[in-house]
Amino acid sequence: MIQLGGNHRNEIAAHSERDYPQECCGLLLGTFAEGGTKAITEIYPISNAREEEAKRNRFLIRPEELMEGEQYAATSGLDVVGFYHSHPDHPAVPSGYDLEHAWPLYSYIVVAVSAGVAQDLRSWEMEPDRSKFTEEEIWVNAS
Amino acid sequence: MSVTINIPTALRQFTGGKSRVEVEATTAGEALDRLTAQHAELRRHLYDDQNALRSFVNVYVNDEDVRHQSGGDTAVKDGDTLMIVPSIAGGVTTEAEVAPTLPSLSNEEIARYSRHLIMPEVGMEGQRKLKAASVLMIGTGGLGAPVGMYLAAAGVGRIGIVDFDVVEASNLQRQIIHGTADIGRPKIESARDRLRDINPHIEIETHETRLTSQNALALFANYDIVVDGTDNFPTRYLVNDACVLTGKPNVYGSIFRFEGQASVFWAKEGACYRCLYSEPPPPGLVPNCAEGGVLGVLPGIVGTIQATETIKLILGAKDTLVNRLLLFDAWQMKFREFKLRKDPGCPVCGENATIKELIDYEEFCGLRAQPQQQPDALEEITATELRQRLDSGQDLQIIDVRETFEYDIARIAGTKLIPLGQVVARMNEIDPSRETVMHCKAGVRSAKAIAALKQAGFPGRLVNLKGGITAWSDEVDPTVAKY
Repeated sequence: MIQLGGNHRNEIAAHSERDYPQECCGLLLGTFAEGGTKAITEIYPISNAREEEAKRNRFLIRPEELMEGEQYAATSGLDVVGFYHSHPDHPAVPSGYDLEHAWPLYSYIVVAVSAGVAQDLRSWEMEPDRSKFTEEEIWVNAS
Repeated sequence: MSVTINIPTALRQFTGGKSRVEVEATTAGEALDRLTAQHAELRRHLYDDQNALRSFVNVYVNDEDVRHQSGGDTAVKDGDTLMIVPSIAGGVTTEAEVAPTLPSLSNEEIARYSRHLIMPEVGMEGQRKLKAASVLMIGTGGLGAPVGMYLAAAGVGRIGIVDFDVVEASNLQRQIIHGTADIGRPKIESARDRLRDINPHIEIETHETRLTSQNALALFANYDIVVDGTDNFPTRYLVNDACVLTGKPNVYGSIFRFEGQASVFWAKEGACYRCLYSEPPPPGLVPNCAEGGVLGVLPGIVGTIQATETIKLILGAKDTLVNRLLLFDAWQMKFREFKLRKDPGCPVCGENATIKELIDYEEFCGLRAQPQQQPDALEEITATELRQRLDSGQDLQIIDVRETFEYDIARIAGTKLIPLGQVVARMNEIDPSRETVMHCKAGVRSAKAIAALKQAGFPGRLVNLKGGITAWSDEVDPTVAKY
């Protein structure tokens, strides 16, 4: 399960619409809680490091960007607990490419953007054996 | 050299929660080998199937990326720190990258298949694989009906159907692809119309022919997967052998009364039908559904299992019925499962296979008439002739060898019922001084009864009613129900 703050969904949606038709991406900062739950306290947008032509269907967060994000998170006592990215004109379902490149434990939020407007937002976690993504329940805390 | 490896948060679950692991190594690659030897689960996250470091795994020795040094051979010395740092990649898989040959989906198709698209196991890629796939269905009967309807609904792009039969009223109790208005139509026409109505986005190819050793290989070559919906042994062996010879998976199902079987026979991946049953049963031992009956809903269950397996094969699912035989008993409502194993001595898919081309399957199953072995030719009478002889007052006794429940459905007036299984034991109830006409539903069991009586030494004259009570209903008395 993943808990989002009241405005996080809108922030991710706004980022995905801003970058459409390219893919957007960013970090989910928060804490790992008991029972595998993740509580998100901050959305950390990152620019897509991919070369221009690949941005429409690829995102890449470089290791140094991730380390910067981790350091920033650490100053507030937080961890990087997952990532979000958009699927322009595709469903909010992880692709085979996503699975191939996923890390365990982290949450992967995917937001579908159709004709420039953010639609579905769903969260996924990869099984430890890398066989598939399993959908996570999203809870939104009242702000 | 003692080196410290920093473990990223995501991977600590595989190191027992440890954020640092000490290993002895002289290169970065060796350090990672030592680490994954201690914590085997880690390996699949760091290395791919070709044993190369995954593209999104970055290894730093004292803040320097090893990719900018000597890679896995980068030397490490005592007290060095190795860091595993993720880079995060993902995104939609594009047409050009994964599947340049897969067809794209129109907006109408995306709307139609949305319940598939929102599951990662199918998704856009899987749905496009379904659209690119071609499946050949043998038969549009009880099994073929749900197979065809669900494959069409699922969006399998090209479906071929092979059948030569005509829709009859007795089909409709289970063959839900056909309707009452279709009685008398060729089954492939009726099936094609139904499938087109279910999904106009797919191609339906009709083959109005009996599947034979002459046409099977050419037909199968044109499809990815073959689904066997037949109800007789010659065709079952023909489908199996043709699938082995063309390398296609054979999605198998069979039904009888309340029991069904399903499996996927795919010689490339596991057992074929002959690995399971190398020889057919003797002719007549296993009755078909026309003789033995079948619960109408049973092929619905077995056929939907076949459709499910077909879709999973197209999607590339791992846990298919390859090397598994699923048995279903509707009366007990129980599923059971047997493991199958490829037979190295299998005559068609084994190491020294002897069958390299299709054979005569009627003969293989012992169904070719062999006159020299049957010196006592069976004496037969047609229903019309029998009527005439009865009308002219000839003294005939008629013995019905069907089961009691069949007798309750329909009977010919003035007959005596002795079910096939009791006919020899109750031989003394048949008067040998009179001419005897034996009948059953279609003429097969009464011929067996005559053979059994002759074998047992019955001295009287025995005549078989050709076509059984069904012919009687057709030719003589339409008020006798057909079943």
